[in-house]
Amino acid sequence: MLDRLLSRAALPLSLSFALFLTGCGKEASTDIVIGEVASLTGGTAAWGKAQNEGVKMAVEEINAAGGILGKKVKLITEDDQSKNGEAATVTKKLVSRENVVALIGEIASSKSLEMAPICQKASVPMISPGSTNPKVTEVGDFIFRVCFIDPFQGTVMAKFALSKGWKKMAVMTDVKQDYSVGLTQFFKEHFTKNGGTLAVEQSFSTGDKDFKAQLTAIKAAGVDAIFVPGYYAEVGLIASQARELGINAPMCGGDGWDDASLIQVAGKAVEGCYFSNHFSTEDKSEAIQGFVKKYQSLKNENPSTFVALGYDSTMLLFDAMKKAGSTDGKAVRDVLARTKDFPGITGNITLDEKRNATKSAVILTIKDGQIVYVETVKP
Amino acid sequence: MEQFLQQLLNGLFLGSIYALIALGYTMVYGVLRFINFAHGDVFMLGAFSGLYLNKWLGPALAPFHWSLSLTVILVLSMALCAALGILIEFLAYRPLRNRPRLNVLITAIGVSLLIEYTGQLVFGATQQPFPALIPADNIALTGNLAVTNTQMIVFVTVVVLLVALRYIVMSTRMGLAMRALSLNPTASALMGVNNSVVISFTFGLGSALAAAGGILYASLYPSVEPFMGIIPGLKAFIAAVLGGIGNIPGAALGGLIIGVTETLVGGYSSAIGLPTGYKDGVAFVILILILLFKPSGLLGKTEREKV
Repeated sequence: MLDRLLSRAALPLSLSFALFLTGCGKEASTDIVIGEVASLTGGTAAWGKAQNEGVKMAVEEINAAGGILGKKVKLITEDDQSKNGEAATVTKKLVSRENVVALIGEIASSKSLEMAPICQKASVPMISPGSTNPKVTEVGDFIFRVCFIDPFQGTVMAKFALSKGWKKMAVMTDVKQDYSVGLTQFFKEHFTKNGGTLAVEQSFSTGDKDFKAQLTAIKAAGVDAIFVPGYYAEVGLIASQARELGINAPMCGGDGWDDASLIQVAGKAVEGCYFSNHFSTEDKSEAIQGFVKKYQSLKNENPSTFVALGYDSTMLLFDAMKKAGSTDGKAVRDVLARTKDFPGITGNITLDEKRNATKSAVILTIKDGQIVYVETVKP
Repeated sequence: MEQFLQQLLNGLFLGSIYALIALGYTMVYGVLRFINFAHGDVFMLGAFSGLYLNKWLGPALAPFHWSLSLTVILVLSMALCAALGILIEFLAYRPLRNRPRLNVLITAIGVSLLIEYTGQLVFGATQQPFPALIPADNIALTGNLAVTNTQMIVFVTVVVLLVALRYIVMSTRMGLAMRALSLNPTASALMGVNNSVVISFTFGLGSALAAAGGILYASLYPSVEPFMGIIPGLKAFIAAVLGGIGNIPGAALGGLIIGVTETLVGGYSSAIGLPTGYKDGVAFVILILILLFKPSGLLGKTEREKV
């Protein structure tokens, strides 16, 4: 009996000892440790992977060039499984156990909103590559982003819809995503103020597969177009089911549409649909073409928006660390807050007093199974 | 009215797939008195085997009519998943057969997680487009009702499989053995029934139906990922309980009811001021009501036959 008890006690003891040892090892390391939260698995896995590619690319480049402040950069990436709640858990782990000096992530606004209060409290600067909901940076002065925000994106799409002559529209909102709820709100504000009407407002939840119930209601209303500010996984199915029900109205949405799998799943159903995005690989600017070529040589495919945004946010962070001359959270924050005309792949980044980037948006369309550039909208 | 009919149709097609999955739950419960929570994951594996079989056999089958290649892929996936179901039973559940039922139940949850995360490792975490095994085409019904031929074929396949299952259970020696086993395992063993073989067969049959369900579901909603089985599996489980678990017609009826209510709630919830998200909740509310007022399920009492 006694030795059974002892052996039971021995395991946790030796485990905690091992942890203690590894803990010591970390203290002694001279690397600059930065954390990344990405949805490597689950519903938005394509984005998490894209962001991760971009961040890794930036880290490798900086290390190849000798690191920052004479030290190598070490990246620790945590997967939040695209699950609500999980981003907070892994952020806590990165901040308190790994002692990261800064954090990159997430793309989905709901996840960034979970991360932000933790980073703010721990005085760890956090840069979100692609969360467009305005609430994200309102959490505090340690939270930054390198993309435009939804009041702008919603207005862009509303203006675009009106310019297309769509007066009567339906909207389908993903009620589980702050991004989608926010974008719907800003779209609606601008659209209805300028003469449009939203005839039907339907909603769905991330992970749904069947949208026929909502789409049948939209069909009955008879609209010019449908605004779907969702994520690519659901948008693909929504589009194909809409066509099956005989709805031929075009659809439009935001940067949540950006992934190659949208076209693979929806096929012809998304032909002639429009969405706003952060950059287009067709852009002839040197920065973008250089980046596209570099990425193609590594991965043999075109980089998605979130590869570029992941890269930009990491490079911006490194630049701030260099200028601050330290990795101290407050010093880096102060430099980040003064960011002006930082040359990013997705455009020059200038952060306003609310720590949001002011950048132009592009409108893309799907033509013959390819994403094609339509126009650029300046802020 | 037209909108209502369309919603009813939508619900019917969704419900028919729930019914197909619910049968697997109900059969295993009938024979072994435990809920096989890994059933939804066999459903997922069915969809993925369809995806990969189409990748490998697609070129060879291309010259033939699509109905032939659909049948080949469907039958092969069903056989594959049947073998897998038998294997799961053999490895995970058989060693626990004479243990408390709770042990098997917990093991089933473990098997479910094992399949999901292995799937994520093997197939990747991102969703993949499912090939159009049935060429998309709209069938215009009277008025403005829209039905695709995918939906029609899914529905017909489900009905054929249900009839075949009914035949196997009611009119074959194996079916007789299954029913005997469900009535009293000890007595059936004494009468010369090889219980192990019958249980393996039941798992194989249930898994084959799950595989068919997976392929048909993926044809309707053409994107597959390793966690796609969880929600349909849960809904089908509710359908099985609703109809009276252990009862075959009950599972089919339960599936249809869940499918139709879910669609109607989804379609009309915004009209009565409910967010559409509540449509998933409705299935669970139904489950609670059934458990409160008729714990044996809708058809649980009237038919004594249990498989």
